[in-house]
Amino acid sequence: MIFGHFLKQGLASRYVQVAVLILLAVAVMVPVLNLAVPPGNPFHLPDHWVPLLGKYLCYAMLALALDLVWGFCGILSLGHAAFFALGGYAMGMYLMRQIGSRGVYGNPVLPDFMVFLNYKELPWFWYGFDNFWFAALMVVAVPSLLAFVFGWLAFRSRVAGVYLSIITQAMTYALLLAFFRNDMGFGGNNGLTDFKEIIGFDVSAGSTRLGLFVATALFLIASLVIISSVVASKYGKILVAVRDAEPRTRFIGYRPENVKLFAFVLSAAIAGIAGALYVPQVGIINPGEFAPANSIEVVVWTAVGGRGTLVGPILGAILVNAGKSWFTGVLPEFWLFALGGLFIFVTLFLPKGILGLIGQVKASARARREKRAAEQQVLAE
Amino acid sequence: MNDVMEKTPATAAGSQHPAQREHKAKFLLYLSGVSVAFDGFKAINNLSLFLEPGEMRAIIGPNGAGKTTMMDIITGKTRPDEGEVFFDGDIDLTKHDEADIANMGIGRKFQKPTVFETLSVEDNILLALAGQRRALPALFYRSNAADMAKIGEILDTVRLSDRRQDLAANLSHGQKQWLEIGMLLAQKPKLLLVDEPVAGMTDSETEETAKLLREIAREQSVVVVEHDMHFVRELGVKVTCLHEGSVLAEGSLDHVSSNQKVIDVYLGR
Ligand SMILES: Nc1ncnc2c1ncn2[C@@H]1O[C@H](COP(=O)(O)OP(=O)(O)O)[C@@H](O)[C@H]1O
Ligand SMILES: [Mg+2]
Repeated sequence: MIFGHFLKQGLASRYVQVAVLILLAVAVMVPVLNLAVPPGNPFHLPDHWVPLLGKYLCYAMLALALDLVWGFCGILSLGHAAFFALGGYAMGMYLMRQIGSRGVYGNPVLPDFMVFLNYKELPWFWYGFDNFWFAALMVVAVPSLLAFVFGWLAFRSRVAGVYLSIITQAMTYALLLAFFRNDMGFGGNNGLTDFKEIIGFDVSAGSTRLGLFVATALFLIASLVIISSVVASKYGKILVAVRDAEPRTRFIGYRPENVKLFAFVLSAAIAGIAGALYVPQVGIINPGEFAPANSIEVVVWTAVGGRGTLVGPILGAILVNAGKSWFTGVLPEFWLFALGGLFIFVTLFLPKGILGLIGQVKASARARREKRAAEQQVLAE
Repeated sequence: MNDVMEKTPATAAGSQHPAQREHKAKFLLYLSGVSVAFDGFKAINNLSLFLEPGEMRAIIGPNGAGKTTMMDIITGKTRPDEGEVFFDGDIDLTKHDEADIANMGIGRKFQKPTVFETLSVEDNILLALAGQRRALPALFYRSNAADMAKIGEILDTVRLSDRRQDLAANLSHGQKQWLEIGMLLAQKPKLLLVDEPVAGMTDSETEETAKLLREIAREQSVVVVEHDMHFVRELGVKVTCLHEGSVLAEGSLDHVSSNQKVIDVYLGR
């Protein structure tokens, strides 16, 4: 009942309603166009498109998660890809253990890279990952715990602004270095790959990929509705208040550090789920996902779509990544320049991103209509 | 948050002499021998100030006298190097942080008007409304008639009823000052600290504000910092003049403004 009211607030936004409907339609249409429309028909969706679209939706979820903290609380995290990657690794560990004796070395317990590196037994932190539900729990728990500890220390010491951004970069960079090491027990440089099965389904089968795509779309919808409800609630107003005038909230009696911490942890959890959905669709997770530049790209997607609009970052992530797929096919060396140029363009000319532009166009159309109506009234008199 | 309030008397008051404790108990706000230095510069220098329950006090003094710093000390933003700061008899304010102190009943208006620009006027008051301050229960807060009525009352008091749904950013400077005072009222503090409320206001706004503060002072204790002598006269209350971090003179406005030292450092300039 309480929860119903909570969600109703989130669904009150017209943008959110439209986005949910479109995403639902996509979740239905992608399988239909892939399976029911025969190849050769111009409307047929080729098989390799399914995981690609699924990847875009994972990125969209990551951008949405970032928007909760950046758009609504002013925390410019430049380390959000770390939460995504940790969720991805937790899923990767499950997928590795599902390989079992089908690996190259045929060891029923140890993943191939461990056999190769002369591990005698499974490291303790790999225990339990043969169980899907345990792994699913870790997908949420590990990024949340890191966000909790990091946020608790940073927000309590009143680290904010540029300094906070820098230490989030340092965090993801430290994880990058750690995961590169072979003795960490996460496959080092090569990461985790060669997956075979997920909850009993062949990961490379077309039907599994469709299933993963639909699951991703549904998780994205759920994340959007939950985050939208969070920001529409009184808590969301406090969050914005902390963004606008943090000292004022203290002197009213709030504790901004706690307010920020909840948003940060929720955001990290959603980023972790996005990473977990990403890994089985792309078939690999490696330390490169922790690269500082990855986190910065997420900021660009969010800014392009429209910071603080929730729906905008989803749109931004999909458009920029579709652009990236196209660009890297045609002019691979120039992608980073294009991305940088796009960011500068958006910062200078579209401070509220694509969604802000839509809002502006609508507002000016309304103004023009009203002006015309007023003129006609004058003429009539 | 309330448990802090209940714990304090036992620990803080236990170490006091009975006579001293009784002395403190008479005052709502008790500052004695307070000093604070920034990089060796004494912004507050052996300052003592006592405010009785229900009293309204005006603080005047030249720029840099330490008026804002005094408020920072009372509200937990700045820790004094020396001296005692007690509230409501036996609460040692130097042992608490901003949020605790706010929840104990001290509200503060900043010198520069500070409201939540991207929230509506109504939401600004809603967030300040006395009550729950924890983050998570706010997720499930439901707007209700009682709260809406309280907000309506406060907006009537600060003359902003017709701007209720507007964004705070769209208010005029004077209206933002009033909104901030409204937020203070919503907190229902025992003590209001108001820093230069009429800076940048028109004459008629200034007069309205004086009226407003007098209304507020009927139920709450108020400390108001102000340069505008005309405004201080309108308030008609006891005046303390600060200079270089300590009290230069104290008493009625006529008494203080006829003090030669006050004329030399402040009024005469
Ligand atoms: N945080 C601070 N760091 C350094 N100096 C400060 C700080 N806060 C106040 N001061 C100095 O203390 C003095 C008193 O300032 P303030 O209390 O703002 O004066 P007033 O409000 O009476 O004009 C000023 O000289 C100011 O520069
Ligand atoms: Mg001042």
